[in-house]
Amino acid sequence: MSAVNKKRVSIVRIIVIILICIFTFIYLVPLLFVIDTSFKPWTLIKEWPPRVFFKPSIAPYIRIFTARTVFPPGTKLTQEQIDNMTWYQKIVYYETNEEIVRIGDFPSRFANSLIVTLISTAFTIILATFSAYAFSRFNIKGKNDLLFFILATRMLPAVVVLIPVFLMFRKLGLADNQLGLIILYTAFNLSFAVWVLKGFIDEIPVEYEEAAMVDGYTRFQTFWRIIIPQSMTGIAATAVFCFIFSWNEFGFAFIMTKSRAQTIPPWLPYQMGVLGYDWAAAAAGAVLFIIPALIFTVLLRKNLVRGITFGAIRK
Amino acid sequence: MFNRRKEFSSTEIQYRALSDQGLIRLFILPTIILLVVINIFPLFWSLVLSFSNFTAKFPLVWGKNPRFLGIGQYIKLLTDQAIWEKFITTAKYVVLSVGGEMLLGFGLALLLQIKFRGREIITTLLVLPMTMSPVIVGLMWKLFYDPNWGMFNYLLGLGKIDWATDTRYNLYAAVIADIWMWTPFVMLLALAGLGAIPQYLYEAAEVDRASWWHKFTRITLPMVWPLLLVALIFRTMEAFKVFDIAMGISGRGATAPQLLSIHLYDTAFVTWKTGIGSALGYIVLVMIIAITNIFIKYLNKAKQ
Repeated sequence: MSAVNKKRVSIVRIIVIILICIFTFIYLVPLLFVIDTSFKPWTLIKEWPPRVFFKPSIAPYIRIFTARTVFPPGTKLTQEQIDNMTWYQKIVYYETNEEIVRIGDFPSRFANSLIVTLISTAFTIILATFSAYAFSRFNIKGKNDLLFFILATRMLPAVVVLIPVFLMFRKLGLADNQLGLIILYTAFNLSFAVWVLKGFIDEIPVEYEEAAMVDGYTRFQTFWRIIIPQSMTGIAATAVFCFIFSWNEFGFAFIMTKSRAQTIPPWLPYQMGVLGYDWAAAAAGAVLFIIPALIFTVLLRKNLVRGITFGAIRK
Repeated sequence: MFNRRKEFSSTEIQYRALSDQGLIRLFILPTIILLVVINIFPLFWSLVLSFSNFTAKFPLVWGKNPRFLGIGQYIKLLTDQAIWEKFITTAKYVVLSVGGEMLLGFGLALLLQIKFRGREIITTLLVLPMTMSPVIVGLMWKLFYDPNWGMFNYLLGLGKIDWATDTRYNLYAAVIADIWMWTPFVMLLALAGLGAIPQYLYEAAEVDRASWWHKFTRITLPMVWPLLLVALIFRTMEAFKVFDIAMGISGRGATAPQLLSIHLYDTAFVTWKTGIGSALGYIVLVMIIAITNIFIKYLNKAKQ
């Protein structure tokens, strides 16, 4: 290639790289806007055109955590009363002239999300590791049919399954119950986890186990002492995927929970009216909720392709 | 579509496998039982319900609730003009969103073929929307779309269009959010496909002084095609069922885009027409299976 040509190629290259960076920024604008909004002071919320740069306020985060009442107009608090306030009470008082009455629903919904997600992930991983190992290492009659059956359960439109499950759970008292959601999510993620974990276990050479069994290990011991430690990365990646799926799930939670066991996804979008169109607080809730998923995405980036194709594509 | 690993053929393992039947059962049965109870049994129950006028709102009285109607519900649904309109809306949603995702995702993957420092960071940043909760993505876009203080109209200079609740636009509002969320999915698969193309093919083409277009249509496209089809299958299936993005943006009922999946939820759990909801669910299920099968046929052809 001539020198001129080479130079032209490198200029094109730089331009394309710059374009990619600009595109990435534009692509993330909706996300950045929501993060930006979650720090907006009350007085700027309804401003048009929307302002992007301002002195950030933490008040929206306090508002999403609390239930408040407005001080009656004309109320003058004495200096002593103000001094007795905690820092968050002060912030809310100065910004929206409100008094914090109690903790809001957000923390309990968030806790529900955490409990349901963590426990269902643990169950899924335990069941799936055993099954994946068996599917990977043994000749099982009708194995491919069984595996296909497991996969097919994941592809069903949820509603078809949800109607009878709802009737069943209502009968058993599992509606609006954390245990009900945990069972549902475990079943929902199980097919995925078995497929992905089987892929990881397939990659461990059988020779390890053969050697161990020659040394007198039983089948279960080889499973426990060799397969589990060897597939730890795979187990961790699968667990993170299950966490993300359950954390984000909306349809089941929307139908199955009303208040006591409700998680964030069916709760937050319907708070707009309740929050008195407090966009900043809604944005704050959304930001808090997506943080775990974002962190896990970054941790998972090497295994993402494998996960989203159910282990079919192993980069 | 999925890798099938060869069974271990060493006689040693086969011999041991025979002696391990108990262990196998212990390891597999819990999974199978849970899936049967939570997925398969309800599936059949739904089928039975779909032939009846059962409503979950009232207690069960045999002969009255449920009363069995045979295929009456199906005939009623399939001859209902309103359902067909919803079906067309859904098809529009699927074609627009999946089409947009395929084009944008593949385009991005092609651009990201260039190796540069920070490429991995860019890829990770672009992937972020994919792992957020769809309904929260819907909420975020609702904030972004808001005509009174959101950024969307302002940035595009569009005036006061109410994307979320105006029935002329709310379908497209959902499509845009869907594309935003799922383009990274296609991009990741396309990147995996592009990365697997052997470099010597391009070098050979270079020797032949093949044009860029020639290389693209004769090497790149045929080599990534199977993975693009996989992405297409996954996305089409999901887009057909999806309702949470649209619900996050527009809520339910009259303000929401008239998607089959939202209607299905309303029928089953808002108006409590459990029987007819099940029937509609089955119609959707059959449609998804049919469409997926067509794609998988293409996929198998492309792989040959």
